[in-house]
Amino acid sequence: MKIILNNRTEVFDKNNMSISEIMEIKNFSYQKIIVKLNNIIIEKEDFKNTIVKEGDNLVILHLLAGG
Amino acid sequence: MNIEAIKKQHKQIAEWKYEWHPIDKGYNNRTLYVNLSNNEIKEKPVSKEMKEKFVGGKGFGLRLLWDGTKPTTKWNDPENEIIISGGPICGITQYSGTGKALCVSISPQTDSIMDSNVGGFFGPFSKFAGFDAVEVQGKADKDVIIFIDGVNHKVEILDAPAEPIDSHVLGEVLHEMYSDDEKDRKNVAVVSAGTAADHSLIGMLNFTFWDNKRKLVRLKQAGRGGIGTVFRDKKIKAIVAKIDGVKGNLNNVVDLEAIMERGKRFNREMRELDDKQCEMKKKGTAHLTNIMNDYDLLPVHNFKFGSHPDANKIHGDVWQSYFTQGVPDGCWIGCNMSCAKGVDNYELRSGPYKGDKVIVDGPEYETTSSLGSIAGIFNPDFTIEANFYCDTYGICTISWGTILGFVMECYENGILNDERTGGLKLNFGNADAAMDLLHQVAKGEGFGLIAGLGVRKMKELFAEKGWGDPQFLQDIGMENKGLEYSQYVSKESLAQQGGYAMTNKGPQHDEAWLIFMDMVNNQIPTFEDKAEALHYFPMFRTWFGLQGLCKLPWNDVEPENNAQTDEPAKVPEHVDNYVTIYKAVTGNQNFDKYEMITQSERVYNFQRIFNLRRGYGTRKHDAQPYRAAGPVTVEEYESRAERYDKQMKELIGVDPEGKTTEEKIAITRKYRENRYEQLLDAVYLRRGWTKNGVPKIEHLKKIKMDLPELIEIIKDHQED
Repeated sequence: MKIILNNRTEVFDKNNMSISEIMEIKNFSYQKIIVKLNNIIIEKEDFKNTIVKEGDNLVILHLLAGG
Repeated sequence: MNIEAIKKQHKQIAEWKYEWHPIDKGYNNRTLYVNLSNNEIKEKPVSKEMKEKFVGGKGFGLRLLWDGTKPTTKWNDPENEIIISGGPICGITQYSGTGKALCVSISPQTDSIMDSNVGGFFGPFSKFAGFDAVEVQGKADKDVIIFIDGVNHKVEILDAPAEPIDSHVLGEVLHEMYSDDEKDRKNVAVVSAGTAADHSLIGMLNFTFWDNKRKLVRLKQAGRGGIGTVFRDKKIKAIVAKIDGVKGNLNNVVDLEAIMERGKRFNREMRELDDKQCEMKKKGTAHLTNIMNDYDLLPVHNFKFGSHPDANKIHGDVWQSYFTQGVPDGCWIGCNMSCAKGVDNYELRSGPYKGDKVIVDGPEYETTSSLGSIAGIFNPDFTIEANFYCDTYGICTISWGTILGFVMECYENGILNDERTGGLKLNFGNADAAMDLLHQVAKGEGFGLIAGLGVRKMKELFAEKGWGDPQFLQDIGMENKGLEYSQYVSKESLAQQGGYAMTNKGPQHDEAWLIFMDMVNNQIPTFEDKAEALHYFPMFRTWFGLQGLCKLPWNDVEPENNAQTDEPAKVPEHVDNYVTIYKAVTGNQNFDKYEMITQSERVYNFQRIFNLRRGYGTRKHDAQPYRAAGPVTVEEYESRAERYDKQMKELIGVDPEGKTTEEKIAITRKYRENRYEQLLDAVYLRRGWTKNGVPKIEHLKKIKMDLPELIEIIKDHQED
């Protein structure tokens, strides 16, 4: 499927993937993130059961830390 | 060690008595001046203008250094100075991260202005003793201690021939020597360097704090730029401050209640959210090691790569298993971030303290990389022991690691060989040789003397001797302005390339860390967006250094509702905490988050022009080594060929098919170098500078920083 992830077009092999699956594929291991699917904030406990579909707009915003 | 016998050898060279006054709304309104050439000790008044334009901390350091030196002053001239200053907020105990000091000097590495921030107790204690800054000029003939006695209100210069030099021993000796009894140990603070600072240009300052739980002296570091080398060149063994105790409102702030309220809010965040966010209390900044590896940002093999299969051996969880848990680890009183982690009872396996059981302060994230992955060493025991020795010897772990990466790559490329290294086989991953090299620096012998010069001077030396291709040395030597890069791979973030190479002092991440915003989030896609970030964040973060604040509590824990705010990357609630605290300390009710940026801009531009005054501070000095921007070698390109080929097709518009790797490297390089030049244009424009990177007179007028001495420097550099 083709989605917009962080303002870039991304293509994944599968359709209808959970946010957790996408994060695993992208190796997004950082904890301090804000996730928005089609402009709606998704809480961490819902990452596994929230499904991302073709054409969706997913934002996984990494906040700063460290240094 | 017989402390009394050591103390008996002290000889008083000079003494100056002063009248102590309570701090008024965060300021003593005077600074301390000590000259080691003529043994003059005096106080200098702090004017209203100095507070308005320079605020405190780094601002005071820069102002005093400008006045005390000439454009031609070299780092080892007697007139060079070391200034240590906290700032108006420094020393409050009701909010986390409020005990920092800024050290300012002319750097032996960059020949220009260096600033380095540090925790520990000296910043607050020197302030409580009566001074907004400690300014040391001149050079002693023999090793001395400067003693700021905030109990009896006098300052002494003492001949001090018998004390050891390495910081972990010296700190213990001086805390015992200057305290009345064990209970009083907490009222002493020491600044020192170490034996490697005597033999290298990367010397560092250690600032002690007394760990009341462990009953031990701990060390925090002002690492960057060789200020420890200046310190030892002046023959200073230590600067000691003593006070008669920390009480609730020594800063005599205007509104203590307001600060306490914000402090309680922050403490609740740490209590409830830290375990879900950065785990600072458990791991400190070392929690970042595996994250940086996951995002291909952890320097491996001298920044060639950003990850390594063995990085799991230095995972944040591994560091947690080494750190003593459940102890208060704040480097200043009242800090709930508690990130100054320590490895207790660590038995050393090498060097002059072999067999001793010591406390090792850290490693922090930077050190897990610099004394580890950058050298291809994924062994926590090496990192911990090297961390200990860098600290006690007084050299910067960040610079040392980037030096190590460079010499190892030179060795693997035949630029260095056994003859040139004195037999050290400096391949990536050779922990024994790396440790031997570190001990050589402290002893002032062998190849350690060359490595201790730093990357820039090694590049020049190797090129002079005909060792290796000068262009290759330039490309892989990770320094800018003469300072070694800190530990993030910036290749895939153009904004971070600017965040490093456009800094005033050299590539340290304390001005801007924009990699996630840029590379991962894609929040700042245009040059204008990146320029805005490279204006706001360096200015915002400069402000911490004016006040005596630590950056970490700003964004290493964030309020639960931060995601719902307009600009989560700025952590608006914490910015508001700082505005509230500043107003509550100083009583300046006109202050707001915009004035915060303007305060920083004044000092930031002053520092830029200070560089210009010394012959630096223009566009060419913001150039970066190509390794910071893209792949230098075939091995590097091919390790991420899919990424680079995709970018070539989609961003550059060139089909990589049928091209050799060398051709693809050249195409990528041309594109990336051009983008960096465009970034410079955009950032200079946003900052109110000319195309050559010089502040415009009209901009200085706008921010009310059009001081005659600055206009004099820039007036002939206004062409745009």
